[in-house]
Amino acid sequence: MSTDTTDLTRLATPPTFQSVSGARKAKNLTATVLVSLAFAIAVIPLVWVLYTVLQRGFPVILNADWWQKSLSGLLSRQTGGGVYHAIYGTLVQGLVCGVISVPIGLFVAVYLVEYGGRSRLSKATTFMVDILTGVPSIVAALFVYSLWITTFGFGRSGFAVSLALVLLMVPVIVRTTEEMLKIVPDELREASYALGIPKWKTIVKIVIPTALSGILTGVMLALARVMGETAPVLVLAAYAPYINYNLFDGPMASLPLLMTSERNNPTDAGFDRIWGAAITLVLIITLFNLLATVISRWLAPKTK
Amino acid sequence: MVLIGAIGLFLLVQAIPSLALDNANFLFSREWSTGDVTNMRYGILDLFLVTVVSAAFALLIAMPVALGIALFLTQYAPRRLARPFAYVIDLLAAVPSIIFGLWGLFVLGPVLTPLGEWLISSLGFIPLFAKGNVSIALGGTIFTAGIVLAVMILPIITAVSREVFDRTPGPHIEGAIALGATKWEVVRTTVLPFGKAGYVSASMLGLGRALGETIALTIILSATGSSFGWSLFDGGATFASKIALAAPEFNDPKSAGAYIAAGLVLFVLTFVVNAAARTIVAGHKEYE
Repeated sequence: MSTDTTDLTRLATPPTFQSVSGARKAKNLTATVLVSLAFAIAVIPLVWVLYTVLQRGFPVILNADWWQKSLSGLLSRQTGGGVYHAIYGTLVQGLVCGVISVPIGLFVAVYLVEYGGRSRLSKATTFMVDILTGVPSIVAALFVYSLWITTFGFGRSGFAVSLALVLLMVPVIVRTTEEMLKIVPDELREASYALGIPKWKTIVKIVIPTALSGILTGVMLALARVMGETAPVLVLAAYAPYINYNLFDGPMASLPLLMTSERNNPTDAGFDRIWGAAITLVLIITLFNLLATVISRWLAPKTK
Repeated sequence: MVLIGAIGLFLLVQAIPSLALDNANFLFSREWSTGDVTNMRYGILDLFLVTVVSAAFALLIAMPVALGIALFLTQYAPRRLARPFAYVIDLLAAVPSIIFGLWGLFVLGPVLTPLGEWLISSLGFIPLFAKGNVSIALGGTIFTAGIVLAVMILPIITAVSREVFDRTPGPHIEGAIALGATKWEVVRTTVLPFGKAGYVSASMLGLGRALGETIALTIILSATGSSFGWSLFDGGATFASKIALAAPEFNDPKSAGAYIAAGLVLFVLTFVVNAAARTIVAGHKEYE
């Protein structure tokens, strides 16, 4: 009997695990490289923008006057002065906006999660909140202009700006609060009901405190967002190079408004003011973002 | 909810008297002169075209990059690094748009000038790359604006796509791996088909944002007297930047009404885009 020796070495069926063909390997590698590259591409502008702002603005803000003086009485080509009038405007407009938006946003979110259920009203509200998120800031500004200034006859003021910012801030707060309330475990609510506690008290004493850290984080992030908005201040407030404490009357500066008005100033002083204001704005926003992180750490529900 | 209706209604009511005073065709005229209240002539065609072209250009750049980032963050990046990386992308959204505008005009514009000149000289026969109606050396072109817009909408598209990609059912992925698929094949056969609708709707949200972006474009785009000629190297104004430029001069309710009418068109435009995006997501129960 003669058997062909080669038959013994050859497998009867092809192996289950074949090596991956070159073309597939190449495709896989290309995809990996492209996908990683996309991420790198996105990081470039971020680093570049921050570097530009730091490099051009940092020398300006080292001067103590920058934080303590306004630009009152200074000519456009004179260096010196500061922007505390604009910082004041930005902070106050942002805070007033926050004071108005937080209760509205909170109530809407509580309604959606605790009361609305799957009713038609709550669906419509969710849809509207989504659309409101997408409303361009300039349209919100125009709306407030046509309502507050041409219809009611008030003048341009910092308060009008706050009103426009409310339109931009409420949807953000509703969204984040809604998410936070949804992740409060139902067991907590049920335990509270089992003790005979009414629904409103359960919400106030159990649900909201549990979600508080998340809600506050959302509020801080939303505040940071609206403070950088430029379109509403451009339409609804007039610029003033001096401090104006009155939110309801007269021109009032804010950091974005200062930057847009100094853009018409071609001198070195104007250039310094623009980038100085830019870095100040970035610092304020970073501060609020940090505050958000700290609050969420500090208030987070204690878990074992 | 009442607010949305109110916004549309109020803009409409404010715009009607001015529209009646308009001596040119509002939808199809390219003129825009509101200085003389007794003879106002304005039309939105140019604004509309510049708005749409710059937003579309931005979307064209941002869509593939955002897809890459979202895939990278959900499928490729090491688990421990994915969160900080996502945070970095979100930081991009935290930078105020005015700063992007200044950066675009003063830093990015000059850097892009040689690229723009090269495109014009070598691809100039295509209308899109023809020599525009503003000086390219200043960088105030739709080309620059589109790139800056792309950077600004990246985080939005990425965030939404990321969430959808994350919800790809585990069994699908495991099944693909068990069949011997490479990483890319897993992504192509499970993650992409599952997340496609979410990705499209994310892109539309980004488009809505790009259409309404105001201050960055106001800063970057150079004003021009001539009308839009379909070139990426044209200047001009979008709805939002036109309104923002004129904002300090809103004294007369009639000329302000012209801008409010433009704002109304912008509002309708973004409303349609956003509503379409939301409807796509709502049609997919598995994203819940």
